[in-house]
Amino acid sequence: MHIVVCAKQIPDPETPPSAFKIDAATNKVVPAQGIAPVLSQFDAIAAEAALRIKEAGGEGKVTVISMGAESAQAAIKQVLAMGADEGVLLNDPAFEDGDSHTTAKVLASAIQKLGDVDAVFCGRQAADWDMGQVGLLIAEILDWPVATIAKGASLEGETLSVERVLADGFETVQVPFPAVVTVSNEFGEPRYPKLPQIMAAAKKTVTQMKAGDLGLDPSEVGKAGSRLQLQKLFIPEKGAQVEFIAGDTPQEQAAALVSKLRADKLI
Amino acid sequence: MPQNILVVGELENGAPSTVTLELLGGAAALAAGGSVSVSLLGSGATAAAAQAAGASKAFVSDDANYDTFRGEQWLPAVQAAVEQSGATLVLMAQSTAGRELGPRLAHRLNTAVAMDCVKVEDAGGALQFTRPAYGGNAQATYTIATNPAIATVRPKSFDEATGAGASETAELPAAGASRVNVVGKEVTESEGLALTDAPIVVAGGRGLGAPEGFETLRELAAALGKDKAAVGASRAAVDLGWFPPSEQIGLTGKVVTPDLYIAIAISGASQHMAGASGSKTIVGVNRDKDANIFDFSKYGVVGDWKQVIPALIEELKK
Ligand SMILES: Cc1cc2nc3c(=O)[nH]c(=O)nc-3n(C[C@H](O)[C@H](O)[C@H](O)COP(=O)(O)OP(=O)(O)OC[C@H]3O[C@@H](n4cnc5c(N)ncnc54)[C@H](O)[C@@H]3O)c2cc1C
Ligand SMILES: Nc1ncnc2c1ncn2[C@@H]1O[C@H](COP(=O)(O)O)[C@@H](O)[C@H]1O
Repeated sequence: MHIVVCAKQIPDPETPPSAFKIDAATNKVVPAQGIAPVLSQFDAIAAEAALRIKEAGGEGKVTVISMGAESAQAAIKQVLAMGADEGVLLNDPAFEDGDSHTTAKVLASAIQKLGDVDAVFCGRQAADWDMGQVGLLIAEILDWPVATIAKGASLEGETLSVERVLADGFETVQVPFPAVVTVSNEFGEPRYPKLPQIMAAAKKTVTQMKAGDLGLDPSEVGKAGSRLQLQKLFIPEKGAQVEFIAGDTPQEQAAALVSKLRADKLI
Repeated sequence: MPQNILVVGELENGAPSTVTLELLGGAAALAAGGSVSVSLLGSGATAAAAQAAGASKAFVSDDANYDTFRGEQWLPAVQAAVEQSGATLVLMAQSTAGRELGPRLAHRLNTAVAMDCVKVEDAGGALQFTRPAYGGNAQATYTIATNPAIATVRPKSFDEATGAGASETAELPAAGASRVNVVGKEVTESEGLALTDAPIVVAGGRGLGAPEGFETLRELAAALGKDKAAVGASRAAVDLGWFPPSEQIGLTGKVVTPDLYIAIAISGASQHMAGASGSKTIVGVNRDKDANIFDFSKYGVVGDWKQVIPALIEELKK
């Protein structure tokens, strides 16, 4: 069993709103001072899901792939420290400023180049742009079945059994290999690597591939190949101006709030 | 510019779902002289076409195999509806189905989808799609260079369509095979009123400190009116196992737009507000006066919920 985990490095989504800035000229987020980029949280959970399948099967390989800048090495190393066996970084200026479709094309090409992949595990969405497309698009490109928003995934004989989160509960689906799974936070917490694992991962070499290595022409990837075109990125205005409810005791506050809400005909 | 719009509808108890009617409402405003059609798949689709307000034509299949959503079965039918309707714009909900169909349909039609849009508008000839990004800290506006443009739309972004349903129907093929096989389903029974319908939502967060906090919130909801108030939770509270995932509010949970949203011991992270900021009035209850929730609140109560909420319940009972 060879499982690929797609992992993206993103600005820390827990950046406080006050530190979140956009450069209007380039339509890009300005990296917040002193807040390092992180591995997208759902991708860490996807790695956890893949590692558990490998461990349950007793054998196999997990390869982590990231498309991004040189700094994305850190995201790859984190998944290696969790227990992944190999890392691949897809770093090429031609890949920059793409859309979901060009990202999926690059990742799918790398997966095809690896050749012997049985399953691809992605996050349900990258916690920067929150698109939730790339896993589905990889499945389309490879013509593999896909199960999204998983809260559980396990081997059942020759198939993969996936528990999916629905709006009103859960469903269990069975999917033949090779398959794509996208993983959600309901799966649970990813493991935290220990120091020896972090040190071992630091020593591992990460394979680098560029557009040419993947047989991709620069015109079909990155900004040049994008169909979804960003016109403007901005910080929305917040509507309300808060009125703090006065009162020396909780009872006084409660009474004041209730009378306001009654006056507004909300209750 | 005139648009031929296909709304990818979903059925709920044999009728077009609320968000389907919202999409039809949005489509009516965007069509500008073009056509509006709808696709409906599953038991009762043909009958439901008459309730698809604002659509002139419905593409339907009553095949019960469509009742459980499976992407591989829905895609060929939706693709046929796109092609037969000559759609220049395809609208679908940011729902379980839409989240899967949007990207896959875009791939099959060599085009792109803007996910989770809160606004779709005709800006002088070109369609513009606006969607939250960076967990709600930002919004992004896109155009789509390829045809048709596809958007999944967040519930409550448009007003529901009114008026007559589709007068003309066309048959879509019955469901084909799916490699993904649904073998079980578990429905989470939510207590009381559905979160997305309630005029008042009381939501609790990590600051409740323990699952028992939600019992107090249920008492508050009951004091506000059992037929009016529902209880929801932040993801932090859900992740701690204090409340069911189906009742999570936010970016990866439900979107609610009640008249009154009372956020109790919730910090107001952008990803949470993504599901709540459309509420008409927000009340924040938090012991930290600098909590982000107060940036969204009309009224703020600074204090310990353990004291404020019981006092509030008492006051409401008076
Ligand atoms: C990609 C992504 C998607 C996400 N999706 C969602 C989502 O859909 N929904 C969601 O909610 N979150 C989501 N999150 C998580 C979000 O970023 C926050 O972490 C989460 O909303 C925090 O929940 P909270 O406000 O309950 O907890 P905290 O942020 O820990 O806040 C607890 C609050 O309680 C207050 N408090 C503590 N004790 C008391 C007391 N005794 N009385 C009064 N107040 C008290 C504190 O002052 C604090 O403000 C997502 C995150 C990411 C990265
Ligand atoms: N640049 C990238 N490198 C590796 N994986 C990615 C990248 N972008 C997206 N993914 C994967 O696709 C998932 C969904 O991303 P998105 O469609 O952008 O929300 C992520 O959770 C990752 O697993």
